[in-house]
Amino acid sequence: MAGRGVTWLGTPTFPKAARTALADPQLRANLRNATTTIRGKRADAVAELPDWEPLRRAGEAIKDQVLGDLDTYLERLEAAVTARGGIVHWARDADEANEIVLRLTREAGAEEVVKVKSMATAEIGLNEALAEGGVRAVETDLAELIVQLGEDRPSHILVPAIHRNRAEIREIFRREMPDVPEDITDEPKELAEAARRHLRQKFLTAKVAVSGANFAVADSGSIVVVESEGNGRMCLTLPETLITVMGIEKVVPTWSDLEVFLQLLPRSSTAERMNPYTSIWTGVTPGDGPKNFHLVLLDNGRTDTLADEVGRQALRCIRCSACLNVCPVYERTGGAAYGSVYPGPIGAILTPQLLGEDVDKQARSLPYASSLCGACFEVCPVRIDIPEVLVHLRAQAVEAKNKTSPEAVAMSALAWAMGDARRWAATQRIAGIGRLLSRGGRISSLPWPGSKWTSSRDLPAPPKETFRAWWRRTRG
Amino acid sequence: MDQAADQAGAVPAAGERSGSAREAVLRRVRAALADRPGPVAVPRDYDRTREAADPLALLAERIEDYRAMVHRVQAAELPARITASLAARGARRMAAPVDLPADWLVPEVAWRLDTDHSSTIEELDGIDGVLTGCAVAVAETGTLVLDAGEAQGRRMLTLLPDYHLCVVRADQVAVSLPEALARLDGTRPLTFVSGPSATSDIELNRVEGVHGPRTLEVVIVDA
Repeated sequence: MAGRGVTWLGTPTFPKAARTALADPQLRANLRNATTTIRGKRADAVAELPDWEPLRRAGEAIKDQVLGDLDTYLERLEAAVTARGGIVHWARDADEANEIVLRLTREAGAEEVVKVKSMATAEIGLNEALAEGGVRAVETDLAELIVQLGEDRPSHILVPAIHRNRAEIREIFRREMPDVPEDITDEPKELAEAARRHLRQKFLTAKVAVSGANFAVADSGSIVVVESEGNGRMCLTLPETLITVMGIEKVVPTWSDLEVFLQLLPRSSTAERMNPYTSIWTGVTPGDGPKNFHLVLLDNGRTDTLADEVGRQALRCIRCSACLNVCPVYERTGGAAYGSVYPGPIGAILTPQLLGEDVDKQARSLPYASSLCGACFEVCPVRIDIPEVLVHLRAQAVEAKNKTSPEAVAMSALAWAMGDARRWAATQRIAGIGRLLSRGGRISSLPWPGSKWTSSRDLPAPPKETFRAWWRRTRG
Repeated sequence: MDQAADQAGAVPAAGERSGSAREAVLRRVRAALADRPGPVAVPRDYDRTREAADPLALLAERIEDYRAMVHRVQAAELPARITASLAARGARRMAAPVDLPADWLVPEVAWRLDTDHSSTIEELDGIDGVLTGCAVAVAETGTLVLDAGEAQGRRMLTLLPDYHLCVVRADQVAVSLPEALARLDGTRPLTFVSGPSATSDIELNRVEGVHGPRTLEVVIVDA
C-alpha cells in the first residue's frame, strides 16, 4: 500500500529508458544547456553567502530534529492549524488523499480546480483521480501547463518542461490552447503572455484551488509556498476554498527555522537571492483570502522511509533540484528515464523507498542510475548523503534478488576466484582475453550477461599485463 | 494495514475513516522511530545579523537586480515622487488600502480605496495599479514583505493590478533575512515580493511578468 503513484506505470527499467534517451540528440542538447546554465548560476548565488556551510548544517539538523520526533511535530501542527480555523485531514496513501480532495471539491460545488505546481499531488496522481471523479484540474505553473497540454511527463523537479525547447513549446500551444494567436512566435515572452491570457479567467473565477507546501511551521500552523510567477498567489488568495496537500516530512518546528530554509531553498533551486513570491498563511483570515482551508497530511510511503535508519535522510529533501543539475547521469538521460515523479539523484533514493514493499523491477533499477561521483551530496542544501543511500539501496536490491541473478552469479564467481591466489592469477590471465573485444582501449559490447553492463556504458579494456605481473617484472 | 479500523467493524463513515487514518499514520511514525534517534542540537552559528555600510543603497541595488524600478527620496519629496511615477506610467485609476497615509493619495489620479473590502475581483483586474506600503524589507535579498497591516490592505489588492508601486520607509529595512523574519508575525497573511512576477520555464530565459504584477516600482524613503 505504500508509495502508490510515485512511479509511472509501464515505464521501462532505467538502463532501457536511458538507452532511448541517449539516442535523442535534441533532448541531450536541451538538457546540457539547461543544467550547465543553472549550475553556474547556483554556484554564484551560493558563493555570495559567507555562512553557506553553517546554514547547510543547520538545515540538516533542523530536519533531523523534525524526523526524530515527527509524531510530536505533526500533532502540534494539526493543533495550530485547527486553532486558526483550518481543517486537517490525514491520508495513509495516494487513494485516501485523492478521495479527500475529490470529496472537498464536490462539497464546494466545483467542476474545475486551479493548481499551483506541487510534487505531492503529482506523486499521488491527483489530476487523474479528479478526472475520474469528473473534476478538471488545471495546472497553472507555466512549465506544468506545457507538460499538461503536451500530454507529457515532467522531467525536472523545478523546471518540469526543461526537455522542451521554445519551438516545441510553441507547437504545443498552437495545437492545444484554443485562444492562442495564430501568428505567435517562439519568443519566451510571447509564450508566457499566451499562458497568462489562457489562465487569467480561470484564476478569477475558480472556486477551489489545490496547492502543495514547501514548509509548515508546527508552532504557529503557518504554511509556506515558494514560487515565481504569481500563479501560486492567485491560487492561494482568490478561490473560496484552498486545499493543501503536504507530505508529512515538510513540517519545521518553529517560525525562526524558516530563516534557514528561505535562504537555502531559492539559491539552491533557481539560483536567485530570493524567488519572486513567497506566500505564508495560517488557517483562515476573515476578509483576506480563502474562507475554507483544508490541510491534507500525506504519508504514502514516508513512514516506511522513516523506518530505515540509513535511508530516512532522504526525507530531509526540500525539493530544490540542485542535485539534478550537477548529476552527470541526469544530464545525459533527462528526468523521464527515471520513470518517476522524483527524477535525478534524489529520485533514485526517494522513489524506491516511498514504494516500500511495493518496489518493482523498475524502481529497483534506480539506485544504479548513478556514477557515485558525490556531486549531489556536495550541493545538497540539507546535506543528504545520496551516495551513501544509493549504496545501501543497491545492497538491499541485490539481497532481494534471486541467488541466480547475473549479478549474484558474477559476485559469487569473483568470490571463488579471489579466494585462492592461484585461481586469482589464472583469472587475471583469462581477463587479458578481454583485450580482443576492445577498440581503442574501450570495450563497447560484451557478450551476455556482460552486455547488461555495456549496453549503456563502455568498459575499459583489461591492461596488457596484470598489476602482479608488472610488479614482478619491475620490482621483483 | 489499519487494524484498529478493521476491528471497529462496519464500513466507517467519512469522518471516522479520517480519524482512523490519523491514528494509523501516527502509529506508523512511532513504529518507524523505534530507535528514537534522540534530541538533535541545531547549530545556529550562521549569521543572524549582517553589517551593511549602507542598507538602503544595498536594498535599492538588489531590487534593481530583479529589473524593478527603484527611487530614493526624502520624506518631504514622497508625494511628488508618487505623482511623477503615476504620470510616467500613465496611471489614472489607482487602487489603495483604506488606511494609506493621506498625503500619498495624490490628487492627480482617481483613487479606489478598498473600504470594507469592497473592491471586486473585476474592478481590481481592470484598474491601472495599486499603491501600498510594506511591513519589512530585506536589503540583502531585495525583498519586500507585506503582512496585510498598515497601508498594505488584503492580499488581493497587490495581486490583481498589473502595476505595484510600493513605498519602503528606512526604519522598515533589515539587512539579513533572519532579522526581517524576527520582526514579522508568522500568523498574519504574508507575501514576500522580490521583483516582478517572473518565469524561467522556457529554456531558462527569465521573462518578467506572468500572472502577478508585471511591473514593480519601489520608492525608498530615507529617514
